[in-house]
Amino acid sequence: MTRLLDVENLAKSYAGLAAVRHVSFGLDRGEILAMIGPNGAGKSTCFNMLNGQIRPDAGRIRIDGVDTTSLPPRAVWRKGVGRTFQITATFGSMTVRENVQVALMSHGGALGRWFGRADTRGRDEADRLLALVGMAADADRAAAELAYGDLKRLELAVALANRPKLLLMDEPTAGMAPRERVGLMRLTAEIARAEGIGVLFTEHDMDVVFEHADRMMVLSRGLLIAEGPPETVRRDPEVRAIYLGEGLVYDARHQEARADASTSGPQPEARA
Amino acid sequence: MQLVFVQFMTGLASAASLFLVASGLSIIFGVTRIVNFAHGAFYMLGAYVAYTLTDRFTGAFGFWFALLAAAAIVAIVGCLLEMTLLRRIYQAPELFQLLATFGVTLMVQDLVLLIWGPEDLVGPRAPGLAGAVEIFGKRIPSYDLFLIALGPLVLAGLWLLFHRTRWGVLVRAATLDRSMVAALGINQKWLFTGVFGLGVFLAALGGALQIPRDAVNHGMDLRIIVEAFVVVVIGGLGSTTGAFVAAILVSQLNAFGILVLPKISLVLVFLVMAVVLVVRPWGLFGTRPPPAQASIGMAVRPWRPLAPGEIAVAAAVVAAVALMPLWLGHYALTVASEILIFVLFAASLHLLMSVGGLASFGHAAYFGLGAYGAAFVVKAAGLPMLAAIAAGPLLAALGAAVVGWFAVSLSGVYFAMLTLAFSQIVWSIAFQWVDVTGGDNGILGLWPDAFAASPAAFFWLTLAVVTPALVWLHMVIFSPFGYALRAVRDSELRAEAIGIDRRRVQWIAFVIAGTAAGLGGALFAFLKGSIFPDVMAIPTSVDGLVMVLLGGVETVLGPIVGAVVFKALAMWLISQTDYSKLVLGAVVVALVVAFPKGIVGTLADWRDRLTARRGAGPSDAEASADATAAEPPAGTMAPAPSPATVAGRTRP
Repeated sequence: MTRLLDVENLAKSYAGLAAVRHVSFGLDRGEILAMIGPNGAGKSTCFNMLNGQIRPDAGRIRIDGVDTTSLPPRAVWRKGVGRTFQITATFGSMTVRENVQVALMSHGGALGRWFGRADTRGRDEADRLLALVGMAADADRAAAELAYGDLKRLELAVALANRPKLLLMDEPTAGMAPRERVGLMRLTAEIARAEGIGVLFTEHDMDVVFEHADRMMVLSRGLLIAEGPPETVRRDPEVRAIYLGEGLVYDARHQEARADASTSGPQPEARA
Repeated sequence: MQLVFVQFMTGLASAASLFLVASGLSIIFGVTRIVNFAHGAFYMLGAYVAYTLTDRFTGAFGFWFALLAAAAIVAIVGCLLEMTLLRRIYQAPELFQLLATFGVTLMVQDLVLLIWGPEDLVGPRAPGLAGAVEIFGKRIPSYDLFLIALGPLVLAGLWLLFHRTRWGVLVRAATLDRSMVAALGINQKWLFTGVFGLGVFLAALGGALQIPRDAVNHGMDLRIIVEAFVVVVIGGLGSTTGAFVAAILVSQLNAFGILVLPKISLVLVFLVMAVVLVVRPWGLFGTRPPPAQASIGMAVRPWRPLAPGEIAVAAAVVAAVALMPLWLGHYALTVASEILIFVLFAASLHLLMSVGGLASFGHAAYFGLGAYGAAFVVKAAGLPMLAAIAAGPLLAALGAAVVGWFAVSLSGVYFAMLTLAFSQIVWSIAFQWVDVTGGDNGILGLWPDAFAASPAAFFWLTLAVVTPALVWLHMVIFSPFGYALRAVRDSELRAEAIGIDRRRVQWIAFVIAGTAAGLGGALFAFLKGSIFPDVMAIPTSVDGLVMVLLGGVETVLGPIVGAVVFKALAMWLISQTDYSKLVLGAVVVALVVAFPKGIVGTLADWRDRLTARRGAGPSDAEASADATAAEPPAGTMAPAPSPATVAGRTRP
């Protein structure tokens, strides 16, 4: 059986500067893969190539066996890829429910219709998705007036509207309060495992990565320098070197310390 | 060969003034992001003030002093305008600024009429440059040679100003990143005022320098502003070098167009502009603009369709309107028909502008195409009126399909400029293709069929056509397609990420809007009994924009209210005063400053405040038929106004 996501030799450079240098990796159904790396490592470029916003210079992307390299974002979406953005992108003039309804209508191929009221279409399904992400009470509010954390949850609901096989989440918890972060990622993980969705996410918060990722990959200057289960990666000397003075080493030590403590004390997860 | 040389030199001389005006426009845009429509008015004012001053101060010294003093005086007026008006609206969407400065233009036109009278005024020759110099056996006016030399000198002066002075460096920094400059402790207010003053000075000097060449007249402002826009767009917004190169290009096109291709001389310049915009959307020397400050039409309070009770009210209003022939006279009914037609025109523009976030500055083109289409069907095919009314919009749809296909790849100011260019092309064709369109003489004798000949009958016919069209547009807004259109407006990134093809959606909206406008135009042709090119000239397009904004760009029912109020006000003013433009301009300015949400938006706000005071729940607050606007989205939305990205440089 083919892998859900299969990336081979992906490369992109901007005016001679190699942002992503022949990166290959894969992702299975129901698996949660974290992509980490310092600023400028090529994470965003990589992400934007996966969903078609940037055309790669070289390499191949296959989603569920289908080649999606160089397809525009809307076509990639039709292959079953949901996406959330680092800086949230929602339809501010619409209600929360309408935001999801538009995605549902698009999935159902209804957006070309000039006749008939749109606000009754997919209402129940939209409410179901909103309930799933804990936004049911806000369904009638304008998206423009939502708090940031709520926008992130709305984006997740929108991203789930086309019943994606693959979810791309660019810094899903950036700008959220610690409690919200854990909540959102736990929710995502539950949905992903229940529905067999593969999740690829970038993240700066190592607590989130270690707690939720099945596997992680580390990018540095456009190269994939480490890949594997979080436990293994965090012991990788090269990764440590790159992250010296940055969050990973600290967090990893922190994590280890907590893991040690947890043999007698409460589990780290219990913090949430 | 000699003729070519003479034309070439004339073109170069004209380029000097054009460059002064365009560079001023470009500098102002680069820093303040304001597309200053009033720039042509300042140019005209410069010429008039210079005329008065040269009358007072004679002699060589007096003449040159008068020109500079005129430019300085107008620059001071410009600074005052910036401080009193523009400072209030820097945060508003681009379109509001364009509209406010358009209002100023209208006011200046009548002020000039009041102060200097309606006659063309001929200024003195430049002392010492009154003669001519013989070059290649042709006599070239020495003043032209002076102007030819002046252009590069000004360009060099601007370069020095921007690269060798602290102020100039700050201006360039502000062009690149306004908020960063502010964060460094620079007082932006005065920087903006200074830049605006400099831009206006250049425009006024351009006007003042024209007086030895041309009579000072009232048409100067609109003619130069359209050319200056073309120059700035071709050169790249914010680039002085671009303005210089494009000014020469445009002037030469004008000079040789008349010589080589007299039949399409008017189209030529706009054709070049359209090609440049399609091939290099940000102009020859421009760079990609930052994302628009705030997409127009963004309403924080979500829209919703009319509730059953509201539909009943709307039906009652239509019924009441239908009874109007019972008590209105012939003239009033003709006026009422015209208002109805413009309601449709405004509503069609609203679909594009409010729902789609695409402010077209050339929407009149489709109104005109519909009118001409209907006229062709009557004149060439001899078909009856109803067939013509049905066929007219097809021509408009065709035109919109072609133009829209190119236009939707742009957005914001560039979209506005490209649609303006295309509408000028269509206008020029109607004006110059005399064999088919009758040119300036128009097409006459388009009378309604016998059954609709009386004003009352035609009024009912208009109502019977306009009402379903409005209902249809309303349905489109709340159909799935309407949601797709709003989705694309709100966030292109998100829309594309959920499978929506932005270009396709906007192109379809462009065609729908054009077709609906064309339907209005076809009715208009029969209402007037004739059709002239001027119906699709810039003023008609601007009227449409004003109607939508007056009603409330963030509202659903705004264009209907706006069109009725604006059209009625404009027609009433013309009958009441000789200075209707002054009043109208003042109304437009007041509107933008005091009621940026328009009539319907402001009313909805009042009602909301009222219900809030009564302590009503949020469900009541939402129950607004026209479901509208709250605060301007700038700043409240996630994509905050970011002038950070490179916009257009002021680098000569």
